[in-house]
Amino acid sequence: MNRVSQVSRRGFLENVFGAGALILSSRVLPLPLAAAGSAPSWSPSVYLGLEADGTAVLVTHRSEMGTGIRSVLPMILAEELDADLAKTRIEQAIGDEKFGSQNTDGSCSIRDFYDAFREAGATARLMLERAAAAQWSVPASECKASMHQVAHSGSGRKIPFANLVAAAAKLPVPAKSDLTFKSPSEYRYIGKDLPIVDLKDMVTGKGVYGYDAKMPGMVYASIERSPVYGGKVKSFDDAQAKAVKGVQQTVLLEPFKPPHNFQALGGVAVIADTTWAAMQGRKKLQVTWDSSPHDSYESESFKQSLRDTARKPGKVVRKLGDVDKALASAAKTHEAEYYTPLLAHVAMEPPAAVAEFKDGKVVTWAPTQNPQAVQEAVAGALGIDKKAVECHVTLLGGGFGRKSKPDYVVEAALLSRKLGKPVKVVWSREEDVRFDFFHTPAAMYFKAGLDAQGKPVAMLHRSVFPTIGSTFAEGQEYGQEFELGMGLIDTPFAIPNLRAENGPAQNHVRIGWMRAVANIYHAFGLHSFIDELAHLAGKDPVEYALAAIGPARTIDFAAEGAKSWNNGQPAARFPFDTGRLRKVIEVAAERSGWATRKPGKGHAWGFAAHRSFLTYVAAIVEVKVDAAGKVTIPRMDIAVDPGMIINPDRVRAQFEGAAVFGTSVAMLGEITAKDGRIQQSNFNNYPIARLTESPRVTHVHIVPSTAPPAGVGEPGVPPVPPAIANAIFAATGKRVRDLPIRKTKLV
Amino acid sequence: MWVTLLRMIRLTVNETARQFDGDPEMPLLWYLRDVLDMNGTKYSCGMGLCGSCTIHVDGTAARSCVTPMKAVAGKKVTTIEGLSANGDHPVQKAWAAINVPQCGYCQPGQIMQAAALLKSKPKPTDADIDSAMQGNLCRCGTYQRIREAITSAAGVKA
Repeated sequence: MNRVSQVSRRGFLENVFGAGALILSSRVLPLPLAAAGSAPSWSPSVYLGLEADGTAVLVTHRSEMGTGIRSVLPMILAEELDADLAKTRIEQAIGDEKFGSQNTDGSCSIRDFYDAFREAGATARLMLERAAAAQWSVPASECKASMHQVAHSGSGRKIPFANLVAAAAKLPVPAKSDLTFKSPSEYRYIGKDLPIVDLKDMVTGKGVYGYDAKMPGMVYASIERSPVYGGKVKSFDDAQAKAVKGVQQTVLLEPFKPPHNFQALGGVAVIADTTWAAMQGRKKLQVTWDSSPHDSYESESFKQSLRDTARKPGKVVRKLGDVDKALASAAKTHEAEYYTPLLAHVAMEPPAAVAEFKDGKVVTWAPTQNPQAVQEAVAGALGIDKKAVECHVTLLGGGFGRKSKPDYVVEAALLSRKLGKPVKVVWSREEDVRFDFFHTPAAMYFKAGLDAQGKPVAMLHRSVFPTIGSTFAEGQEYGQEFELGMGLIDTPFAIPNLRAENGPAQNHVRIGWMRAVANIYHAFGLHSFIDELAHLAGKDPVEYALAAIGPARTIDFAAEGAKSWNNGQPAARFPFDTGRLRKVIEVAAERSGWATRKPGKGHAWGFAAHRSFLTYVAAIVEVKVDAAGKVTIPRMDIAVDPGMIINPDRVRAQFEGAAVFGTSVAMLGEITAKDGRIQQSNFNNYPIARLTESPRVTHVHIVPSTAPPAGVGEPGVPPVPPAIANAIFAATGKRVRDLPIRKTKLV
Repeated sequence: MWVTLLRMIRLTVNETARQFDGDPEMPLLWYLRDVLDMNGTKYSCGMGLCGSCTIHVDGTAARSCVTPMKAVAGKKVTTIEGLSANGDHPVQKAWAAINVPQCGYCQPGQIMQAAALLKSKPKPTDADIDSAMQGNLCRCGTYQRIREAITSAAGVKA
């Protein structure tokens, strides 16, 4: 969406609701294809433009789903440009490969664009300084930009950016080697708790989300899809549906051709003049479905099959020493099996998108984490060129990975082409729960060999789960490199005999990325198991983990012959540094008062620490379990080392939120299938944590770091479920190895 | 004509008189969003389980997704857009001061629920907050800041 916030920034910061703050919120309307706001008169970079009046246009090419990235990434531009925020405006980019990746997924927006944005800001600043130097006939080294003007150190003369734009636009773009960057001591914006630009819109109900987007002349569509994955419409009777007031017609949508990728699932669409009429009409459709190969999918038996596979040898993905020999000669062995179920994203905003197909092109407004994926998927479905798809990005009412998959936008585009008018596809909550790209179920098997002191000398870790790869290719049964590299291969413990194995599993529903992805189950298994070993050894779990991690070292997985994904980043820049893991463990222990805690029946603490998305996180959780077995969480302490950060408040917010998300995973979430159909439908049978069920307070402790920026959105999640399970064990003596915990009687 | 007059539902929305002659069973939520074009009130579950659709009916918090139009005939409805002239309700100011929202989608409902709470209980206890707010879901997990913002707006110690 364009020109969402033309904010008098200083006015906003000084007095949020004062008369000086001017915020324009926009009705989402189609804009002429050529215009995206008025084009700045000078664009030294795709990310940064300056208008004739000196206003700096900060282009935000990543999607806003609650991390604040839409506001935070542009601060890097503003910082290096040395802009006055009151003289800037943020513009949300459409999907266009010129921006680089727009896939807001994987906790990597700052990591991947920090350098490019610094350079863009510094480049513009240098050109403005050179323009001023030319105007004054002085050396550029004597000219310094500050707060939207350039000053000459010798004479004290100043020129506002506005008066330099035209001249700067004519200058050659400087070489990278000419650029200078601000030092952190000079920072005005980086490192500060600046509010997000959408804050006022959000508290006044003016934020425009995908579910709010409208186009003149549009109709609403509610689609009935096959309850079983892979089912097809055999026949349908729409007489009753069409009798609902407001319903105009029905449209048959073709089923997807496997692999499902981001295609529309297909089904019968009810077209109406309001959301209500479309949804009511859909409920009155009578559809018979052809059988599907997945008609007999049933979660309990599938869980058993995953477990059975995890009890057998699998594909070896990491090997150190000789696990079998070490297990055979160990003083003691311990084995355990863990299970995590299918989970649904359930962002507060269900999927929706409005699209218009006209003259061979598509214009769409969608809550998408990846507008370029929208372009590709829509182009593929309609047989047009990617460049003929213009994707505008609205605010997202949560994403968590669901909205990086643009199937719902493809549905809108296909229907628009069929109907010759703009179509807004609206998903109900029931559809969102039933037709998710689910977080995959996983069964894990662990066996450890311990020495006489209870220290682990051997560990076998097996993991079996339907792979996300099944979304992109048929017959995929083994984990992809990135799934294996999320806590199966990349573990921190200095155990001389290690083997990690992955067994095969098939998908019977769409599987996709959900916040923290495979780290969720791998961390649950591993850090529960280590806790079990600690208790077996009669040792404090934090001390035990620190001892098992060993002294600080950089783990060289490649030297072992293991391929550790490392988020696709070079190990040289983002090594697995166990010293940083030790540090967050120590900080969490200290700040939570771990050493002086007094656990007792019904009141105890649990611990887990995990590296994911290149960030190190330790969680210490305090739980209470009452006489009826009800769990409450008075407090969590989360210590984080995320490398260099831009906005501490937004970082804290992500870890506060991940604590709640992790609580839902641990305690509540479970999607099940029977006869191929998903059994859950809404928050009554797929609960997520409420205010009363969440940690009462989560203290986030950010370890200051100058290391390259690492991930923030996801890494808070993985340590939380094992820390909760570990706390519950300490409080009740009950070891829960199958999630969600609410299914186990604790007392 | 008599039938039409009988079917006409008159109500006030944010102090503006409105009339509606569509389906009296249609939830108020969709009237606000699709007929009046007021998108601040959100759809998230349609079953009164999540609170994103919270508005005030004659000053009392209600879930608009399960409030049929016939139930608001002759009533005064207040939505997030009408809570204050310029976002300056004490609850909104507290929300902004503490940077409560992440994605923001649930927040209009949270704010409307909190505003109703403070109207009936100007100095709420922890238990009052628990009881009033537990019906409002937030997937981003902003709960502790919601609690902090309510206590701040109320001027009570957290």
